[in-house]
Amino acid sequence: MAHPLIQANLSLSLSGNKSVFDLSVELSIESGELLVITGSSGSGKTTLLRILAGLEKKALGKIHSGTHIWQDSATKTFLPPQKRPVGMVFQQYALFPNMTVRENIAYALPKGASPTIIMEMLEIKELIELADNYPHQLSGGQQQRVALARALVRQPALLLLDEPLSALDPVMRGRLQDFIRETHQQHQLTTVLVTHNEDEIRQLATRVICLEHGKISEQGSPETIFPQKKNALKGIWLGVEGQVGKVKIGDNEVSVSFTHLVTPLPNSGDWVWVSFGPEGAVFLKKEGQ
Amino acid sequence: MNTGFGQTLLLTLRLASCTTLLLFILGFPLAYWLAHTRSRLRMWVESLVSLPLVLPPTVIGFYLLLAFSPENVLGRWLQDTWGIQLVFSFAGLVVGSLIYSLPFMVQPLQAGLEAMPPQLIEASYLLGKSRWTTLRKVILPNIRASLWSGAILTFAHTVGEFGVVLMIGGNIPGQTRVASIAIFEEVESLNFGQAHQYAATLMVLSFLMLLAFYWLNQHHRQWRIR
Repeated sequence: MAHPLIQANLSLSLSGNKSVFDLSVELSIESGELLVITGSSGSGKTTLLRILAGLEKKALGKIHSGTHIWQDSATKTFLPPQKRPVGMVFQQYALFPNMTVRENIAYALPKGASPTIIMEMLEIKELIELADNYPHQLSGGQQQRVALARALVRQPALLLLDEPLSALDPVMRGRLQDFIRETHQQHQLTTVLVTHNEDEIRQLATRVICLEHGKISEQGSPETIFPQKKNALKGIWLGVEGQVGKVKIGDNEVSVSFTHLVTPLPNSGDWVWVSFGPEGAVFLKKEGQ
Repeated sequence: MNTGFGQTLLLTLRLASCTTLLLFILGFPLAYWLAHTRSRLRMWVESLVSLPLVLPPTVIGFYLLLAFSPENVLGRWLQDTWGIQLVFSFAGLVVGSLIYSLPFMVQPLQAGLEAMPPQLIEASYLLGKSRWTTLRKVILPNIRASLWSGAILTFAHTVGEFGVVLMIGGNIPGQTRVASIAIFEEVESLNFGQAHQYAATLMVLSFLMLLAFYWLNQHHRQWRIR
């Protein structure tokens, strides 16, 4: 088992106009894992991410990474976001409108670092052709790729993703899921993803934490948190045409439109699991995978 | 064109330039605080900042005259400690203009800062950039239209200032005699030709500045929609 990268014991009380929100969380983030934090709106997912990033100075408790203390309210220690080895991608991208794609990525380059990483990032994230465009000239998916590339330039130890795919259409979401998975695997980068999309959790998570009203209500593997049989069916894969796959379920043959296809595709005749959600059918995995 | 006219016009432009520059330096932190604070003091400070919009300039001028007078505590302290005399001096005009034109700089800056997503600043911090770098590279370029609006309005408003100047500056050629005061004096002396010269110059200047302001607004709107 990997060693913990971050250990945190946190609480934060935020008072709005009429309500008070209390967050109280104890968590450990393992090195190299892709931890998904999920929960209903207002459960504290984004707040928790912001505390880890150093954007909520009023949080009480302690966050430490090995012997490095990021914050400790008892000793009034607070490492500002600039000093934390953290990369973050915001829900609304937060690209600088006054800079081109290349400039946005180059802005993240630390002083004295080799600029070759900028070209690398542009290439890896398929952004070369868009390098001289401004953010308003890009689609949502393209903007999110730039935001991801920009967050990676500093080579952070921890990548925080705050619902990065929520504003995208299902097809683009599937492609971006691949980007996130590849980024996580290539760099063995410890990643915390906030989402409430079950498909994303199943596709990406190595571990899931559920938050309810500012407290951890459940945690474990995606399979234990979201048992796939709950809304999934097993059928025989009969081939694929474009985005439309044919699955034989029981005695009835049905055609389904997939929002996401994993590679490699199953062979004709394989048994597969398919989940039916509000956004259409989602191919889960081959039987036995 | 006589030397008095040139001198008065130059003094007017000098006053407007000094006021605009100083108000940007002083007004930006205030606008930033107003745009981001949740403090209950905010409405008090906003009301104070906006006061020059509704008060007769003579009221501000009157109180500044009292405050700056060597017979009162502040004026005496300034004169005894620093050797500064603000009544009937150019420095006094600048201080008066700073207060009189404060809302014209602070309000556009505040609106620009409020419209800018706070995530841009947070993203910059998370990319390891200092507050100073974030200010120069992210904040200022992204509120540049508001910045220009504030600068143009402050400059134009200071050029057109009359009551405050008259109260604390008087009418000393080369020191406190700005164009608006000169018009008043020329009309009183029935020198309508000279008054026309000043008035027409101010009118053209003010019109061009407002034209720049509205061009900028329209240009910026297109930039945002694009």
